[in-house]
Amino acid sequence: MDGGDSSMSSATVRRHRLSTRLWHWLNAVLLYVLFTSGLGIFNAHPRLYWGQYGANFDRPWLALERFGSWVTLPAHYNLALSRHWHLTAAPIFAFALLGYMLWSLVNRHVQRDLAFRRGELVPGHVWQDIKDHARLRFPTGEAALRYNVLQKASYVGVIFVLLPLVILTGLTMSPGMNAAWPWLVDLFGGRQSARSIHFIAAFMLVAFFLVHMTMVLLAGPVNEIRSMITGRYRLPEPRR
Amino acid sequence: MSLILSRRALILGAGATLAGCDRLARQEPVRELLFSADNFHKWAQRGLMDRNALAREFRPDQISPTFRANGTSNPNTEAYKAVWRSGFADWRLRVGGLVGHPLSLSLAQLHAMPHREQITRHDCVEGWSAIGKWRGVPLSLILDAARMSSRARYIVFRCADDMGDGNGYYESIDLVDAFHPQTILAFALNDRPLRVANGAPLRLRVERQLGYKHAKYLTAIEAVESLSGIGKGKGGFWEDFSGYDWYAGI
Repeated sequence: MDGGDSSMSSATVRRHRLSTRLWHWLNAVLLYVLFTSGLGIFNAHPRLYWGQYGANFDRPWLALERFGSWVTLPAHYNLALSRHWHLTAAPIFAFALLGYMLWSLVNRHVQRDLAFRRGELVPGHVWQDIKDHARLRFPTGEAALRYNVLQKASYVGVIFVLLPLVILTGLTMSPGMNAAWPWLVDLFGGRQSARSIHFIAAFMLVAFFLVHMTMVLLAGPVNEIRSMITGRYRLPEPRR
Repeated sequence: MSLILSRRALILGAGATLAGCDRLARQEPVRELLFSADNFHKWAQRGLMDRNALAREFRPDQISPTFRANGTSNPNTEAYKAVWRSGFADWRLRVGGLVGHPLSLSLAQLHAMPHREQITRHDCVEGWSAIGKWRGVPLSLILDAARMSSRARYIVFRCADDMGDGNGYYESIDLVDAFHPQTILAFALNDRPLRVANGAPLRLRVERQLGYKHAKYLTAIEAVESLSGIGKGKGGFWEDFSGYDWYAGI
């Protein structure tokens, strides 16, 4: 295997499927629109409550000032327009997630790349992964092609918990959907609880986004971003 | 050019793209797309629910301690003050448009009609909710008494509050909501006659939609074939002047 190192280091492989790349970038745009227009909507009543009802005379668990126009869509207070953006993007986002979930089961992306393997959830293994992450010791070579346990946990958590949660709590705020699917109100303990959870879930997605950006930057932004655009990924050189 | 720029900026996650989105929203096709989403939501929700699917009704102990009033808190016009001084004895609800038998109903006549009582949640477009107990006459009884024409497609509500330039508040719903069992013309909130702030003497309750559809201070209802002749044609005051959705089920 003399000289194998240099050819190994420049080896590029197909990494992300077309479905993953399309959904990723569609999501990037839609979540941006949804978050900023959502802040615009929130500004109409920047107080959050738990339970079935909540208005000015009731006690909020969180009362904020309005978000600045530099993070809202549109970039000035316009509830009608924020709602138009939000309610146009929301169904596209929801059906894209549903489609991606189903397609990822069909093409076995979930079973192959996201499902936890035997032994991965053993505390010792998880702890090792956390230590490697903290030391920024990213896997190299073939190992870089597999998601580690923390990555799997965050991707599974976002795709199968956080995103469905943000969609269902959004629907729970709709009086029409309350008549269509009354179980939604019970599931989240009321419209105002749903609104609070929607808000919290949105900021958890922002937290995911920040960590995600940090990891991309640390792992080699050009290689990572290229792999999400073209699907081609250069295997990182093994550490010496 | 600006499209390419704003897409690149989006990928970088820069806040500057919001201005790009605003520019985008001024393009006519984009604007049309954004403003037609309520058609999709109406279609989807109506497809998912039974025509008469009920809005949630709550227990008496779940009623909001204080029911917030919003929008106009007192019409304060000379005409309104006059009927208010009479204890609404001189107030009338006119029922007209495409009906075979136009009506002019007094509050006493409405009280004499069959009632429905419901504890429901009022959801404001702004995001807050208040639960209250409403009592009133099902709209379907009034439309039947007026012998609504089969040509009618919408019911328009005229209100006493002056929204500026002599425009009264107005709203409209279609027949699916007009004949829904919980759609009532309410004269009582929490076992008391409606307060002025909540729309005295009579307001609409259309429980599967947001608060701005629930027209207060009713003076007339009108059965029409099309909304094009009402206000600027979008079917309601906020729809015409602020770009709110006509279908407010979401």
